[in-house]
Amino acid sequence: MLTEESEESPARPYRSGIPTVKPAEVSHPVASSKPESPVVFDLENVEVYYGAFRAVSRVNMKIHKNEITAFIGPSGCGKTTVLRSFNRMHDVTPGARVAGGLRYRGAEIYGPNVSATEVRRRIGMVFQKPNPFPKSIYDNVAFGPRMSGSPKSKADLDFIVEKSLRSAALWDEVKDRLKASALGMSGGQQQRLCIARTIAVGPEVVLMDEPCSALDPIATARIEELMRELKSRFTIVIVTHNMQQAARVSDRTAFFTTELDPKSDRRTGTLVEYDRTTKIFSNPGDERTENYITGRFG
Amino acid sequence: MELAQQTEAALGPPDLTAKQSLRSVKSATMTSLMIGSVVAIAAPLVAIVWAVVVRGAAVAFHQFPDFFVKEIPNIARRPGGGMGPAILGTLMVTGAATVIAVPLGVLGAVYLHEYGGKNHFSRLVRFMSTVMSGVPSIVMGLFIYIVWTLHFGYSAFGGALALACLMLPVVIGATEQMLRLVPNHLREASYALGTSKSRTIVTVVLPAALPGIVSGSLLAVARAAGETAPLLFAVGAANAYNPHLFEEANTALSIQIFGNATSSFAAAQDRAWGAALTLVLVTFLATLAARLFTARIARKR
Repeated sequence: MLTEESEESPARPYRSGIPTVKPAEVSHPVASSKPESPVVFDLENVEVYYGAFRAVSRVNMKIHKNEITAFIGPSGCGKTTVLRSFNRMHDVTPGARVAGGLRYRGAEIYGPNVSATEVRRRIGMVFQKPNPFPKSIYDNVAFGPRMSGSPKSKADLDFIVEKSLRSAALWDEVKDRLKASALGMSGGQQQRLCIARTIAVGPEVVLMDEPCSALDPIATARIEELMRELKSRFTIVIVTHNMQQAARVSDRTAFFTTELDPKSDRRTGTLVEYDRTTKIFSNPGDERTENYITGRFG
Repeated sequence: MELAQQTEAALGPPDLTAKQSLRSVKSATMTSLMIGSVVAIAAPLVAIVWAVVVRGAAVAFHQFPDFFVKEIPNIARRPGGGMGPAILGTLMVTGAATVIAVPLGVLGAVYLHEYGGKNHFSRLVRFMSTVMSGVPSIVMGLFIYIVWTLHFGYSAFGGALALACLMLPVVIGATEQMLRLVPNHLREASYALGTSKSRTIVTVVLPAALPGIVSGSLLAVARAAGETAPLLFAVGAANAYNPHLFEEANTALSIQIFGNATSSFAAAQDRAWGAALTLVLVTFLATLAARLFTARIARKR
């Protein structure tokens, strides 16, 4: 079934997942008549270095509010590296450095006196491997609100935990065992718990780094469904290896690839094409994108 | 093709039984060697516990709980009396040493692993800590004797300082090892929720490492409780209860074992066995309590 879909994918306009895209827009996706939603991230020549090594070169893109933006591309193309620069996760990697302009709703993320914790409270992240804390389900979700400092009553905290678990479509499964360890849940439940934990902080953006790569197809489908629901409240940026997933859930897709840096003679990641998902998968503007999505490389 | 099938049928089912070979001989040899090693390790352990229990129990549990509460007789050849002051002394000395060494050691290890990393300062500290763990305990006692006892006189606290010096490198090493085992994705998860580094360490890293830190500290405590040499310098000798941590000479079980075992009187030697059993029991109970404590925390997760 999956192979059938992948053969069809490039030519088929997407019905599910992108209800806002009308067939008419598919042919002129850039000059869309629909008003663009506000820009959340504005990247201007963003480059990421690990020590002297340039891992990603010159990324320019704008990510829009209440949309799902997918980053696709072969391994080592820098999609995760770019994603991690959005909430300053590189700060904890020794030697990592981000250059260029990276603005979040007009504010420089890497500006002077910017606190990484302030950034991360607004821009949450879900990781590839479900990583709940070795605490109870309740304590996992309550962790962020407790850490944000503002003194919260037990009732407030209960409310936030329930709301977040409901948003992550997990409440009905765990409401009777909130005090049980989070490590006793299935992988898919753990990942939804991590999503609940992230949205409990009240972020505006949720970054997802291959959130389904450790999950089975059923758990993956639930996470994808969840992403579509959460889109109305959050801006979502997702890195995925799975092209069908990008096609199913995202509004816009960025295709990254690696190319040989003539200066260092090492491979560096680069953004090839960024457009509406329908355009990328039906009529890509770059030959490399077409080769990748049709399975000719990568 | 048909021929091949026919020959296969003629050969019958494949022989899957175990065969005698050099490999099976090697396997049997190694297995017996390993079992032998386990016995060789366990035998002295059992022998020690056996000797201490058999000889000590008769003394320690004669007219219970006299031995554990009565004061040490001033005249060594008289039978009777107890080890009360020495039990109190051991608890005070090791307790105070733990209070000094564990917080210092844990905080030091947190700095080394979470903040210092591989910079020159933390490399130096790590190196010094390794060196310190190799210093003989009697040298540590001599050091405390010079910097503390000569100025302030004998006291339980002096002994605690000496033991703390001995415990510190063990606690640092064990804690750093445990912090290294905390998976990085837990730290990342916490950072991604907008938690600062310091709060991440307090709320995520240390709780995850806690059982290991407790075991490591416990090992240090148990070893310190049996130390004799540094206490001879710093604690002095006493036969009566001395509940004052900072004042006057005190005593400890290890000192009493040493003193009574080297005595020529049978009654004193008996007391040494009783004290030995008491020391084993005290360490065992402390270990048990700490294990129960960590098990309770682990169950909460």
